[in-house]
Amino acid sequence: MTTLTSADSAAGPEAPVGPPTAGRRRSRASVWRAFLSNRKANVGFGMFFVLLVMAVFPSLFTSVSDPTAPARFTPRLTPSGAHWFGTTSLGQDIWALFVYGAREPLIIAVVAGGLATIVSVLVGVSAAYLGGIPDDVISFITNVVLVIPTFPLVIVLSAYAGKPTLTIMVAVLVVTGWSYGANQMRAQALSLRNRDFLESARVRGERRSYIIVFEMLPTMISLIIANFLGAALYSVLAAAGLQFLGLGDPNSDSWGTMLYWADSQSALESGTAWWAILPAIGIAVLGVAFALMNYAFDEISNPALRPVRRQRVKKLGTRRRPTRTPATLGGGAGNE
Amino acid sequence: MRYLLRRVGFFLLTLWAALTLNFFLPHFMPGSPINTLRAQTKGRVSDAQLTEILTSFGYKPHENIVQQYFNYLGNMVTGNWGVSLGSSLGTPVSKLIGEALPWTLGLVGITTVLAFLLGSLVGTIAAWRRGGVVDSVLPSVFVVTSALPYFVVGLFLILFLTVDNTWLPSSGNYDTSIVPGFSPGFIGSVLKYAALPALTLLITSIGGWVLTMRNNMITTLAEDYIRMGRAKGLSDRKVMLNYAARNAFLPNLSGFAMSIGFVLTGAILVEKIFNYPGLGYQLYNAVQSIDYPMMQTLFMLFTVAVLGALLICDLVTVWLDPRTRAKG
Repeated sequence: MTTLTSADSAAGPEAPVGPPTAGRRRSRASVWRAFLSNRKANVGFGMFFVLLVMAVFPSLFTSVSDPTAPARFTPRLTPSGAHWFGTTSLGQDIWALFVYGAREPLIIAVVAGGLATIVSVLVGVSAAYLGGIPDDVISFITNVVLVIPTFPLVIVLSAYAGKPTLTIMVAVLVVTGWSYGANQMRAQALSLRNRDFLESARVRGERRSYIIVFEMLPTMISLIIANFLGAALYSVLAAAGLQFLGLGDPNSDSWGTMLYWADSQSALESGTAWWAILPAIGIAVLGVAFALMNYAFDEISNPALRPVRRQRVKKLGTRRRPTRTPATLGGGAGNE
Repeated sequence: MRYLLRRVGFFLLTLWAALTLNFFLPHFMPGSPINTLRAQTKGRVSDAQLTEILTSFGYKPHENIVQQYFNYLGNMVTGNWGVSLGSSLGTPVSKLIGEALPWTLGLVGITTVLAFLLGSLVGTIAAWRRGGVVDSVLPSVFVVTSALPYFVVGLFLILFLTVDNTWLPSSGNYDTSIVPGFSPGFIGSVLKYAALPALTLLITSIGGWVLTMRNNMITTLAEDYIRMGRAKGLSDRKVMLNYAARNAFLPNLSGFAMSIGFVLTGAILVEKIFNYPGLGYQLYNAVQSIDYPMMQTLFMLFTVAVLGALLICDLVTVWLDPRTRAKG
C-alpha cells in the first residue's frame, strides 16, 4: 500500500524532548497547537470528521435503516429525488448503502491502526530498552515481517481463514501492520535511552515499567500519533482491497464490500455507476484524510519540510537533519 | 565484505522464515483443503482422486509433519511446485506461472522504474526551487494521489478513459484477433492494452517518490558541501544534480527495492480490475478457487522478488557509497 509515514527520526533529536514534567507538558501542547495551525492537518481532519459524523449518526443522512436488505426497491433506478444516487441491481438504495458503509472502514482504521501502533510501541521500546541478545532477536523478527510482502500474505491468510469476520480481518491487519512502526519506535527509544532525564529517573530508583510508561512514552507522543495515522491508512486500504477481491464478509455493509458487489454486477457498464463511484470516493476520502494528517505530522516533527512561507530559506543551513520519509509503508527501513 | 555476508545471511534467513510461515499457515488454519475441494468440484472428482491431487502438492495429513516440511522446502527450491487445483485443474503450477510472469514483469517492472525516475526528478526540482510553484502545489497533490487505492484509480480511469473499449481497452492484455509475434501490430496492441493498468500504477506510486526525494533533497541542501559547491562557482545544474541529487538519491535505493514488493501488491488489484493475466491475476484466481499450491507458490515468488531486489540494492549501494564499505 502506498502510504506516507512519518519522518524516520532514527538519528535525530527532533522529537519534542524537553526537560522533565513541565517542559514535556508544554511540548505536548505545542504539538497540538502546531496541528491546529497546519492547513493539511485541518483539511484532513475535516474530511475525517464528516465521515465520522456519518458513521455515528447514519440516520441523519438517510431514512433507509436496513440498507443491505435486497429487493426493497425497484432495481437499477436512475438517480432521483427518492433515490439520490439510484438503486443497485439488487434493489438497494445506493446512498443508504454508502452512508451505512462508512462504519466498518472507520472501525477498521481506528481499531486495527490503534492495535498495530500499540504492538509497535511495545515491541520497539522493549527491544531498545532490553538491548543485547533480546534486542537482536526482536529486531530480526521485526525486519523479517517488514520485508515479507504484506498484501499477498494478507490475501493468503484471509483465504485460509475462510470469509473472514471483522475480528479476523482486524487481527490479520495488525499482524502484518506493526513491523514498520516497531522499527521506528526502537530507533527513537534508542536515541532517548541515555538522556539525562531518564538517567535521573533511574538514579531515583524508579521501576523500569514506570520509566518506560511515564518518562519515555510521553516524549514519543508525536511519533506515536504519526505511526497511528500511517497504520490506520494502511488498514483502510488493505481492508478495502481485501473486500474488493471478495475476501471479506459478503453480507457486511462496508465500502469495500459495496465495491465488490458493484464490480461483480458490472455496475459501470449497466447504468448503476454510482454503486461503484460512491464507495470508491468514500475510501479515497478516508485514505486521503489520514495521509494529509500524517504528512502534517511530518511537517510538525521536521520543520524543514514546512511550506517555505512560514520559514525563511536562509535558515535551512543551520542544522543537519537526517530525514527519510519512505515512499511506502515500510519502504526503505528494512536496510539495517 | 562482512557487511555483504551479513546481507546475504539476512536474505537466506528471511527467505527460510517466509517459506516456513507459508508451510505452517495452512496446517494451523481452520478448514480442511479436502472438504473445500470436495465442495468445489461438486462430486465430479472422486475422493481417491482428490486425495491424490492433494498429495501431489504436499498435503499428506498422515505423514510425519517434519518430513513433510523438508519435502516442501526441497520442492520450493527445485521448482517442483505441484499442480494447480484451480480452473485449469491438473496443470503444473510452474507452467501457469511461466505464462503469467512476462506480463507482470513487463507491466510492473517498467512502471516501477518509470515512477521511481520520474518521481525522483520531480522531487529534486521541487526541493531545489523551494517555495516555487512546483514546491507549493505538488506535495499536497502527491500526498493525495499516493493515498488513493489502486482499484479506485483503476475504476475512475475505466470510467473516464475507455470509450467503447476501442480507444483504450479496459480488459485483457492484447487484441486476440492479432497473432502474437514480433509484429508492429502486436506490440502496439500490447502497449495499448497495458496503458491503463500502467497509468493506474504510475499515478498511485509516483507520489511517494516525489515526497521522499523532496524531503531527502531538503536535508541534503542544508549540507556544507552544497555551499562549497556554490562557493566554487559551479553552475546551479551541476550543484543540483552532482552534489545534491546524487546524495539524496542513495537512501532511496533500498526504498526502491522494497517498493517492488508494494507494486507487485498493487498489481494484484490492478490486474484484477483490468483482467490483465499476470501473476497478480493468478493469485486472485487461486484465492477464488482455493488453489493452495498456486497460492503457496505465488506467495513464495513475491517474497523472493522483494528479498532479491533488496539484496541487489544492497550490492549497488555498497558499490556507489564508499561509507557503507568503510563500515564493513
